[in-house]
Amino acid sequence: MDLLNYAFMQRALLAAVLVGITAPAVGIYLVQRRQALMGDGIGHVAMTGVGLGFLLSWSPVWMATAVSVLGAVLMELIRWYGRTRGDIALAMLFYGGMAGGVMFINLAPSGSNANLTSYLFGSLSTVSESDVTAICLLAAFVVLITLGLRRQLFAVSQDEEFARVTGLPVRALNLLTAVTAAVTVTVAMRVVGLLLVSALMVVPVAAAQQLSRSFAATFAIAVAIGVTVTIGGTVTSYYQDVPPGATIVLLTIGAFIALTALAAPLARRRARAAAGARAATDPLECSIPAGRPSGDEVGV
Amino acid sequence: MTTTEDIVSDEPVISLRGVRAELGSRPVLRGIDLTVRRGEVVALLGANGSGKSTAVRTIIGQVPVSAGQVELFGTPRRRFRDWARVGYVPQRTTAAGGVPATVTEVVSSGRLSRTRFGLFRKADHAAVRAALDLVGMADRAKDPVDALSGGQHQRVLIARALAAAPDLLIMDEPMAGVDLASQEILAATLREQVAAGTTVLLVLHELGPLEPLIDRAVVLRDGCVLHDGPPPEAVGQHALPGHDHVHPHAPAGAEPIRTGLLS
Repeated sequence: MDLLNYAFMQRALLAAVLVGITAPAVGIYLVQRRQALMGDGIGHVAMTGVGLGFLLSWSPVWMATAVSVLGAVLMELIRWYGRTRGDIALAMLFYGGMAGGVMFINLAPSGSNANLTSYLFGSLSTVSESDVTAICLLAAFVVLITLGLRRQLFAVSQDEEFARVTGLPVRALNLLTAVTAAVTVTVAMRVVGLLLVSALMVVPVAAAQQLSRSFAATFAIAVAIGVTVTIGGTVTSYYQDVPPGATIVLLTIGAFIALTALAAPLARRRARAAAGARAATDPLECSIPAGRPSGDEVGV
Repeated sequence: MTTTEDIVSDEPVISLRGVRAELGSRPVLRGIDLTVRRGEVVALLGANGSGKSTAVRTIIGQVPVSAGQVELFGTPRRRFRDWARVGYVPQRTTAAGGVPATVTEVVSSGRLSRTRFGLFRKADHAAVRAALDLVGMADRAKDPVDALSGGQHQRVLIARALAAAPDLLIMDEPMAGVDLASQEILAATLREQVAAGTTVLLVLHELGPLEPLIDRAVVLRDGCVLHDGPPPEAVGQHALPGHDHVHPHAPAGAEPIRTGLLS
């Protein structure tokens, strides 16, 4: 493993592992509440942060964090109050964020569209020392929230109305989910890139669902897939000299297809076993075939 | 079975006074009064659009009240924090996430109100298992909820509400789309809860197998209380055994018009 001899690759791999853990860990709650594309929206808004970072010569990672957190909170408030006009407001926020990013980076003395490209699609060689520090701190926050509050976040994402009647601070938890998703976007930005972040939040979860029957298992498998593809993608990117973000995302989709192919016979066997077991104990009812709607409905 | 007037028990568990509510600009509740006292089983009846679901949703704070007062256990709803005392069973459609979840995982959500920071102790896991036992779903604890029938799913939602051992159960159409076998299990579960002193408010479309449990029926029409008293038994052939499709709201709605003309 000669690639570990290079400091930039050590940093890139560390960042990749953290992305592999955090993106699916947040993504599972977004998929559960059918907001699979929220990460994409935040990614667009974060571009303004990157642009501002260049313009003001501040760290683009921290600037992007600040702006995307702000954007995520705004999105949550729009979802809350916007009702029917909400999607128009969200569209303006997304495209405004993207346009702002392009504009600021071109106004910046040190910036050019080439800089922006590394943020949009990820880049290994540009992960700096300070980036790694920021990514570690932000990833720790994301892990703390997604694991520590898993029961609360599960309840709110599963059934918001019921969660409110159990006395959970639903609005605060929704805001926290949005903020955590925004933080994850900036964690993933250096390796995967802003435009592809959302794939790593959603696709591992969708792939894990092909095998799992519980939320806990989906969580674990999704994170395992996430770490595998981010490491695999980063290494491939190093040896083949291809962009890391695109490699990681294509690997993730490959994992999804492979697991789907694998899961079909597994599901059949399970259904047969369940039908056999039930025929003996519960002859009154037939089970309804699993009719879970796909998790890709948009509800940002 | 006690009747409404006999119960002079202490505090009202639910109290609505002159409650008005709008959805959009359309008035859905036009000043309703509703009191549910401790240990009572009250059915809220009415046609679709009569406001019965909205009335329940004002109680749990899902629909804002534009006038009037809502109190839970003697506390104004806005200041009420003791949510572990309230078990809510929503209409079945609301509890579907985009990620698979097991029966146990869903029922565990109902226990959160009894935990500190969502940390589960032994007693909490035991309470979840006990709630599943109550509705006869213990053998399906590890199955994903998507694989359940409508009736089984409803039983899971009731177990979720019971997991916190609430003093008050609020159920929105618990029998809608539920097969006969599950209806009987639900009725038996409810009977046990009522015997243990739980107060129950049910939104129902028809009385069905729960009829013997119900102390009092409140019938809504167009956002007003039309009838508040014993369950409308005098519904003629609709109440006959074997007639499985009862429409209590129709005759109840017709009655005042008739008396109004005669008196």
